[in-house]
Amino acid sequence: MSNLYVARNPRVAARSLDGEMMIMSGRDSTLFTLNKTATILWQAADGTTPLEQIVQQKICAEFEVEAGEALRDAETLARDLASHGILQISAEPIVCGGSK
Amino acid sequence: MIGLLEEMTEKALARNIPLSVQLDLTYRCNERCVHCYLDHQDHGEMATAEIRRLLDEMADAGVFILTLSGGEVFLRKDFFEILEYARLERQFCVKLKTNAIMIREREAARIRDIGVESIQISIYSHRPEVHDAVTLVPGSLKRSLEAARFLKSQGLRVIFANVLMVQNLQDYQGVRALAEEMGVECTLDPTITPMMDGDRSVLKLGVNQDALRQVFRDRALVGDVDEFCAVAPPAGENALSALPCSAGHTTCYVSPYGDVFPCVQFPLPTGNVRTQRFLDIWRHSDRMNEVRSIRMKDLSTCSSCSHVGTCTRCPGLAFMEGNMRGPSSQDCEKSFARTGIPSANILAKKRSPANLVQIQIAPMQPAVPTSGAIA
Repeated sequence: MSNLYVARNPRVAARSLDGEMMIMSGRDSTLFTLNKTATILWQAADGTTPLEQIVQQKICAEFEVEAGEALRDAETLARDLASHGILQISAEPIVCGGSK
Repeated sequence: MIGLLEEMTEKALARNIPLSVQLDLTYRCNERCVHCYLDHQDHGEMATAEIRRLLDEMADAGVFILTLSGGEVFLRKDFFEILEYARLERQFCVKLKTNAIMIREREAARIRDIGVESIQISIYSHRPEVHDAVTLVPGSLKRSLEAARFLKSQGLRVIFANVLMVQNLQDYQGVRALAEEMGVECTLDPTITPMMDGDRSVLKLGVNQDALRQVFRDRALVGDVDEFCAVAPPAGENALSALPCSAGHTTCYVSPYGDVFPCVQFPLPTGNVRTQRFLDIWRHSDRMNEVRSIRMKDLSTCSSCSHVGTCTRCPGLAFMEGNMRGPSSQDCEKSFARTGIPSANILAKKRSPANLVQIQIAPMQPAVPTSGAIA
């Protein structure tokens, strides 16, 4: 059971380009693009919905993937995005998750 | 990052998305730069609510890079409200263009908190007597450099933007050295833009061929001089099918009054966001679509020019000369200075009897300052 919460970092710039998310890090202006799975995670990262729930409701509903495996992949992805300053992750709900 | 941005730009182009927009928040300014093309009177700037609505529309249209410029943006009392909305509510990647003389420690810290991609500051010389003679504001260089230091101390990316003119021709290396010393980036542009009302008298501030030739052979500026100054190979089908520039394709410009143009340097009105949706103008304006339809092979003189594959031709400057499909003489001069080979436009002008007539007539009509007489 994962207690991880994820929130979009309000300091990044972001725009969906035909379903593909463009993100510019506020830390060093590095540009990233997110694939479909990462885009779903990004858009659902409101800081209050647990990652496990996001995986079940958004990712497993979209892709034919086993829930446990999807959650492990999502955690890895969330930590990777957090290492670039794109997402915030916490064991507690994140109140100021920020922007739309 | 450049590679990824190019990739995203290609996608935006294919999907007709305006990836990058410059929005001038005001034409008012606290400097009076001798080369400026703007009318600094306020003729009815968009109100805060109008700008917020425009930002909503631009975000929905897919605009990612938003350049806020002017005039001087910090003269707007609602500037930080607009900046916060753009960044934190609508998640634009924001670039600022400013003279920075109103930025002190507090403003620099606030900009850092909001987060911008870069702040471009106009610096015309490293010497106060030269810079201040361009801005016509005593003490402006000192204030701008202090601001640059405040911004740098906040970890922000600062870029000095220098315009090469007769007045500061000797100082561009000094500006670059100053930028290096301060750890900021530096750009140099020899382009002088005619006034928005069509007055071309400011063009006399531009540097001449000899100076351009010298600048284009400065290794510190251009890198490999032989490569930079090389004559382009004959243009193939790809070069002739290419787009003249990104104006109207992935970029556009919005004035403080809501007018939408293909580019800040392309004053062809295509609609107004006060009465039309931004996306409707972008997609359906006949004028925008006309700009969008032009390929290099459609250009009246340039398509047969030996420089067509490498020229920096600006369609907006060509438009201001009277024909958006015609040559941009300033860029012809640059190609000539770079390679030593005159452009098709320069050769045509030399052959043109009309020019000879202008040269003869000009001294007889001193009260009529035509561009032909100046040239």
